[in-house]
Amino acid sequence: MSATPLLQVENLQTHLHLRRGVVKAVDGISFEVNEGETLGIVGESGSGKTMTCLSILQLLPIHGGGKIAGSVRLDGEELLQLGEEEMARRVRGPKVAMISQDPMTSLNPVFTVGDQVSRPFLYHKLVKTVRDAMVAAAAGLRRVRIPSPERRLKSYPHQFSGGMRQRVVTAMAIACSPRLLIADEPTTALDVTIQVQIMSLLRSIQNDSKVGIILITHDLSIVAGLCHRIAVMYAGRIIETGKVRDIYRNAQHPYTQALLDAIPHLGRKRRRLAAIPGQPPNLMDLPNGCRFAPRCPRRMAVCDEYPPATDVGGGHTVNCWLAAKQ
Amino acid sequence: MKAIFAKGLLNAAISILGASLIIFVISRLSGDPVSLMLPMEAPQSAIDALKQELGLDRPLWEQYFIFLWKALQGDFGQSYRWQMPALALVFERLPATIYLATAAFAFSLVLAIPLGVLSAVYRGSWIDQIGRIIAMLGQAVPSFWVGLILILVFAVGLQWLPAFGADGVQHVILPAIALGWYPVAAQTRIIRSGMLEVLDSDYIRMGRSVGTPERLLVWKYAFRNALLPLVTIMGVYFASMLSGAFVVETVFAWPGLGRTVVEAVFSRDYPVVQAGVLVTSILFVLSNFLVDLSYSIIDPRIRL
Repeated sequence: MSATPLLQVENLQTHLHLRRGVVKAVDGISFEVNEGETLGIVGESGSGKTMTCLSILQLLPIHGGGKIAGSVRLDGEELLQLGEEEMARRVRGPKVAMISQDPMTSLNPVFTVGDQVSRPFLYHKLVKTVRDAMVAAAAGLRRVRIPSPERRLKSYPHQFSGGMRQRVVTAMAIACSPRLLIADEPTTALDVTIQVQIMSLLRSIQNDSKVGIILITHDLSIVAGLCHRIAVMYAGRIIETGKVRDIYRNAQHPYTQALLDAIPHLGRKRRRLAAIPGQPPNLMDLPNGCRFAPRCPRRMAVCDEYPPATDVGGGHTVNCWLAAKQ
Repeated sequence: MKAIFAKGLLNAAISILGASLIIFVISRLSGDPVSLMLPMEAPQSAIDALKQELGLDRPLWEQYFIFLWKALQGDFGQSYRWQMPALALVFERLPATIYLATAAFAFSLVLAIPLGVLSAVYRGSWIDQIGRIIAMLGQAVPSFWVGLILILVFAVGLQWLPAFGADGVQHVILPAIALGWYPVAAQTRIIRSGMLEVLDSDYIRMGRSVGTPERLLVWKYAFRNALLPLVTIMGVYFASMLSGAFVVETVFAWPGLGRTVVEAVFSRDYPVVQAGVLVTSILFVLSNFLVDLSYSIIDPRIRL
């Protein structure tokens, strides 16, 4: 591992100030991503995964009342102190880019693919003319393995299939060779065979460019193939983090164990899939102690207090009293 | 594209034919023109003679086909009142109306587009509030009153602009504002809600995430998406300005078609009413046809 991580997030808090109260969507999380590394962020819907990523890019919904606090450092530079103008000019695109969830809605329907993929090159002054930007865009489409890219530049998004659109989105995101790529459930909306293609595309992009990737997903089976490390989020906090192997073989937190149990396995003797009983807590009214405690099968009296991070070896840490006690 | 064009033309032809039938029937229902054209004490023989001369003694359906056949050749008959061919009169008055409607339309868009876009971008701010007030004033206040107030302030009071007539650019400004203010409210609302929806979309966020400058995001990438619903009502409003400028034309003594047709209605000048209304319907249909065509230019998904 290199000396300074590519991305260092410390005590990130994203609170949404709504009329009804304050939603603590992200509530004090810390993690790192190194160059050429993929961190998987796993959790249920509403656990704060997407909000975490939007906070890194400072792209929270405009009228959502979001307030971001803490520290997000990229190559040592504090991003949260940059203004909107500087984020747009220097960070979004050449430093951090994002592939969003739904390829069907993330391309502008009334502009050509060529327009959308080529413009980032111009915004960030990598080329001077529109013509050169188009050449660069064609190269970008070739890089994500879209056939006959020069011709496809003139097409509109609706003329592409879902998988092809996700490739276009990917080409757009990696146009300016970002240092960090955030992929927010990039395959959720796609067929299983296409999922595999997109995942292997991300892996090959990483091999070529040493880009750091944050892969957000609620699907643990996707994580295994691509990620180096995993962070499990629950109700706005990271509750367990470690190398993929450690999490899969030696999950400590009852929530992580339950998530792993919820993956259907082929060949295993047929039994009911294990669902986690209960609902995630209301983010406006969180318990003081462990946030999973109300649903936890191994709940103890001490769980009314928030468990500290316990290192169980090899960078594998977990916030659970079970691990702390041992 | 060809298919859209052909289908549009066919629809247009049917609409215009339907309009001609309605125009014909309604104008016959409004009363007997002969009784207005002759003095009260005219003998029955004179009335019959005039009816025969004008073709009003024949069965209605026959009158309609004669009307239609002649109309196809551009002959709507002589104006009873103006002693000139009805169509010639209509074409003489039409340019002034198109000029006024275009100016009014331009005014409404110049006001509505920035108001709508900025109200969406700065939702809940003072710009949003002011936009709402300006738009609502236009919709709540009748256009003749707006016209009178404009005359009072800018023509009588400040003496910046002429109160009536149609000689130059300065003459069209006040009537254009009076006529164009009404649709501002609806247009602003449509742009605002369209922009709000689009600005919240995934593709705008995607655009933002690759560093697209805000100005381009709003005015290029978002605006074009919000344009479609606007174009729809634009067509309707432009057409209704062409046909509904009567009140404003009267207030400003504007020599347009609307005034001419309404005067013709009062004097039961059938040929002028028929020619005027039919020409207006054709313009109406034409502007809707252009709207349909422009959809396919704005939104590639509609292209065939």
